Amino acid sequence: MNNKQNWIDQRFPLTKVWNEHLAEYYTPRNFNFWYFFGSLAILVLVMQLVTGIFLTMHFKPDSAQAFASVEYIMRDVEWGWLMRYLHSTGASAFFVVIYLHMYRGLLYGSYKAPRELIWILGMVLYIALLAEAFMGYVLPWGQMSFWGAQVIISLFGSVPVIGPDLLVWILGDYAVGDPVLNRFFSLHVVALPLILVVLVFLHIVALHAVGSNNPDGIEIKKNKDKNGIPKDGIPFHPYYSVKDIMGVVAFLMIFCAVVFFAPAMNGYFLENANFVLANPLKTPDHIAPLWYLTPFYSVLRAIPPMFGSQFPGVVGMFAALLILIALPWLDRSPVKSIRYRSAPYKWALGTFVVSFIMLGWLGMQPVNELNAFLARLFTILYFAFFILMPWYTSIGKTKEVPERTTE
Amino acid sequence: MKTLTKLQLSLATVVLSFSVLASPGVQLEEAKTDITDTASLQNGAKLFMNYCSGCHAISFMRYNRIGTDLGLSDTDIEENLMFAGDKVGENITTAMPETDASDWFGGTPPDLSLVSRSKGTDWIYSYLKGFYADESRLFGVNNHILENASMPDVLWSLRESKSEDAFDNDVRDITNFLDYVGEPAKLVRIDLGKKVLFFLAILFVLSYLLKKEYWKDVKYGMWRKRD
Repeated sequence: MNNKQNWIDQRFPLTKVWNEHLAEYYTPRNFNFWYFFGSLAILVLVMQLVTGIFLTMHFKPDSAQAFASVEYIMRDVEWGWLMRYLHSTGASAFFVVIYLHMYRGLLYGSYKAPRELIWILGMVLYIALLAEAFMGYVLPWGQMSFWGAQVIISLFGSVPVIGPDLLVWILGDYAVGDPVLNRFFSLHVVALPLILVVLVFLHIVALHAVGSNNPDGIEIKKNKDKNGIPKDGIPFHPYYSVKDIMGVVAFLMIFCAVVFFAPAMNGYFLENANFVLANPLKTPDHIAPLWYLTPFYSVLRAIPPMFGSQFPGVVGMFAALLILIALPWLDRSPVKSIRYRSAPYKWALGTFVVSFIMLGWLGMQPVNELNAFLARLFTILYFAFFILMPWYTSIGKTKEVPERTTE
Repeated sequence: MKTLTKLQLSLATVVLSFSVLASPGVQLEEAKTDITDTASLQNGAKLFMNYCSGCHAISFMRYNRIGTDLGLSDTDIEENLMFAGDKVGENITTAMPETDASDWFGGTPPDLSLVSRSKGTDWIYSYLKGFYADESRLFGVNNHILENASMPDVLWSLRESKSEDAFDNDVRDITNFLDYVGEPAKLVRIDLGKKVLFFLAILFVLSYLLKKEYWKDVKYGMWRKRD
């Protein structure tokens, strides 16, 4: 065994990589519930890649055959139904996990110096994931696939001057049809998965260079023993690897309960209208994107057209996404963790969470006067969280941060 | 932290009560189907093939798949359920020519392979029971659930031949069969799901014990002394 290891180590830094990232990667000892979601995101990513490979073997990216090929997978392909439900539930699970992972970052200030790049890479990952999920949802070519694509792609047509040409370039046609399905398939199974995997790699490299934050928001590297090992650190492997295995099993229990007992999740994970073949001549009564896109869809609908153009709404929608990238520089608070933050920040974060959930809920509802008012109110509150952040993070009394981790 | 949790909890309650209170326009009757009831599925298959399949295809379904899933032999299928196709491995289409369909009904009757998934079982059950006399319509009937439906009340002879309860049961069986047709995997997935969750529950206990054992090092300072 040792001989073999030497042989490899002389040619490839196996032991070095193993130690740097697992056996001698020192992780804060006080991780709590919120720290499961990073490893769970990797689990879901791998699951999506594997189930996606099997689905690709049987799926036909052709507007005349796509819908039927999905049903072929559901009925005639051995275990095809399981692959498809794992993949469709996996898409929603991915966002559940990612939203909780991002919220952890907000709770404990994980985006603050020196982890700004980890946050930015994560945000780019999130945006790429939204694109990946949207394109994946178009592939089964049901009514919601078609009309969702119609609504989202037409947004690009509202860009001033180049809009109409841009729209035709994206569509490869003058309307949503076979070319869109074909290119979305290509982007969904090749381009975006490659980008996602590379970004995840960079996200982890950046994390392991700086070291993990923790619920106290303390830099454990500031307190090292004589061997240079952080006093509040424990090796990732085996301590967090066994803990994450437990998290994985707990996650799989919830996940499998959905896959086996409620794969459509009452229309939230697989919309009822998407079991009807796409029909360009018949607009559905109510077009709503899947739940993970609805907060941004709400922002889009909340901003009224200006100068006869929908463009301000589109700008608002993308601004709602991109403004998250600026977070490390908007936050002026001297402390990281919610445990030691000032009262104004706690109120702001609470309002933000309420706004995000309400925008998500409103995005699924038909527009009426009350809903439109609420969407505007929560859009303003959503942006206020970021725009007012330099102010409210510099007022109020923060608690004293201890020298060492508390748990 | 506490204010935050409270705020979020109260919001969750508000959202939840919103979605519970929002009810659809038409009141649907509960179908109360049971997909594990094979006798019901067999009766539903028989009724569907006799009363519905003349006009409606279930083209994502194959004859022999129904046989395998509902415990019927190929000869059973050929003798009792096959009216349009030639081979048991074929998809279940309808014999009605498209041009005739347009002349008779103003359009092709929809394929019902996925109707249980797009409309739901309660809708199918209520729709089939929702016909009422209306002389202004072509076939003398209208429907409470789907106003001005162009479908005739094909189950009328069935309704008149038996008691109300027996008729409701027949409609329930057709609905049950269509639920199965919408997703044949439903027959195996629920059962398999219980086994998977049982396995994961045991695995969880083991993984918890493993974690606990390792973390004794951290807890009692065995990995390195606490200072």
